[in-house]
Amino acid sequence: MKGIRKRLKKQSFGDTVISVLTYVFFAAFAFICIYPFYYIFINTISSNELSQKGLIIFLPRELHIQNYLKAIKIPGLLDAAVISVARTVIGTLLTVGTTAFLGFMFTRETMWCRKFWYRFVIITMYFNAGIIPWFLTMRNLHLTNNFWGYILPAVVSPFYIILAKTFVESIPKELQQAAEIDGAGTMKIFLRVIMPVIKPIMATVAIFAAVGQWNAFQDTLLLMTDDKLYSLQFILYQYINQASSLKQLVNSSSSSAVAQSIATVQTATSIRMTVTILVVAPILLIYPIFQRYFVKGIMIGAVKG
Amino acid sequence: MKLLQNKKKLRSYKEFLYILPFILLVAVFAYYPLYGWLYAFFDYRPPQPLTMESFVGLKWFKSLVSNQVKTKQILNVLTNTLVMSGITVGTSWLPMIFAVFLNEIKCIPFRKAVQTVTTIPNFISWVLVYSVAFNIFNNTGVVNHLLVSTGILEKPVQFLQASDHVWLTQWFWLTWKNLGWAAIMYIAAITGIDEELFEAARVDGATRMKMIRYITIPSILPTYFVLLMLSIASFLSNGMEQYYVFQNAFNKEKIQVLDLYVFNLAMGSGSYSVATALSILKSIISLILLSVANGISKLVRGESFL
Repeated sequence: MKGIRKRLKKQSFGDTVISVLTYVFFAAFAFICIYPFYYIFINTISSNELSQKGLIIFLPRELHIQNYLKAIKIPGLLDAAVISVARTVIGTLLTVGTTAFLGFMFTRETMWCRKFWYRFVIITMYFNAGIIPWFLTMRNLHLTNNFWGYILPAVVSPFYIILAKTFVESIPKELQQAAEIDGAGTMKIFLRVIMPVIKPIMATVAIFAAVGQWNAFQDTLLLMTDDKLYSLQFILYQYINQASSLKQLVNSSSSSAVAQSIATVQTATSIRMTVTILVVAPILLIYPIFQRYFVKGIMIGAVKG
Repeated sequence: MKLLQNKKKLRSYKEFLYILPFILLVAVFAYYPLYGWLYAFFDYRPPQPLTMESFVGLKWFKSLVSNQVKTKQILNVLTNTLVMSGITVGTSWLPMIFAVFLNEIKCIPFRKAVQTVTTIPNFISWVLVYSVAFNIFNNTGVVNHLLVSTGILEKPVQFLQASDHVWLTQWFWLTWKNLGWAAIMYIAAITGIDEELFEAARVDGATRMKMIRYITIPSILPTYFVLLMLSIASFLSNGMEQYYVFQNAFNKEKIQVLDLYVFNLAMGSGSYSVATALSILKSIISLILLSVANGISKLVRGESFL
């Protein structure tokens, strides 16, 4: 108490007002950012009847997990989850590997026309042909209705390559030179010397690439008409727009089995909310773990680039 | 000596061979699509291949200005695009102010928590944002429920289907998603300011507002300037995903930005050629904007960002 009073005394009146307002503002903004997820979550685990009436606002009531048990049985959802996980894992691995390798290779002054090829790659960040030419290209390459249509275009990503190159350049050159004197070739230097050192930036790129793949929606919209290849995001979008028919599907398939109480019968809203939570959960779960890494990673890029 | 040189040369080619497969990927996915610009000069009907008979020259470009219905549509779309980009650029100082005041918070755990929480929305997709918006603002959502039960409203409002405030609500969602994340760049810049400057100011009896005004903000203005120029360069490209997921029959007039319009033209009504013509014009204007922004940057700061 005494400490606080002392601090307050030291501050002018204006400073105190600013302090208080700052705290209030940031608390409010943080609340707006996190509350929607919390709201949706407590509604999925509360009585659907109360939820329908808009009564679940701060605390869940009459807990049950029927919504989740039902949601995972929705036809097509599991396929979409497999596609989303597959593209996230494969896409991320390829992107991270490529980014590390190219980030390193573009620092090799010995390489033929290094600067030109670096610009050749980086310039694609600033221009693109537009979505129709891109779509026509993908069709010509038979990458429409093809799983690789998700993966191949994302393998070389200029922005990540800039981050990786900047990072490799910050490593003392002596490290590479020493290995070279010992007779190591380009590949060996990359695998034995560079790879172990650039792990922080790889973690950053990995999280960006993974989130990007998990969140991608436009490519499904443009490229895929085969519902076996739909991603979770696309399925979710469909559900938001046509949840009522889905409700019938979910509830009719269950009526023959155990009769549900009114509180746990799925509504259009409950299905939408449940799928939303299922799609957002992986991000909310891994986010706090990786947050430290990518804040550091983006700062490396921001300060230097 | 010559042998050594040959060996060096051989090595430089060999190193290029390592990256060749990736160069080819870039060529295929970023450069090869440019051939598609040809479609803007042909009367292209999707299943048939291009033939010389269907060559129409600049017909589609002319149709953009000579066909009254189309011209009206495009003017409408351009208005939407310019207004929404305008609001975004006009409020582009928000992340900077956000970072400045966040930095003023002395309680570290609170600051860290705010930083973590406010960056979450940046990592979810637009589909999820739309889903969140839908769940919060639909008839039985929390907002309508609170407004009705406190007596502010008589009956629930169809927030997402209203066309009156589309520009503002879209800006709100964009800000909700990006603000915390965009501030990180400035937080990095603030961390880079020399502590001694603040110490000296404190000795001279400067208040916090004065330190913000005379030290913090001037120090991070260069970062702001670069980001501002980049956002001017992409004035016509607000992307389509956000507007695609939020569009519906009621707000279509106000929400259709250029990118979404091009998409709807091509994928909705199969007008590939007109859509491509528009894309080309957009690319050219964007390129001009980029070089203008770069030029301004050179004039004002003496360095370019390209």
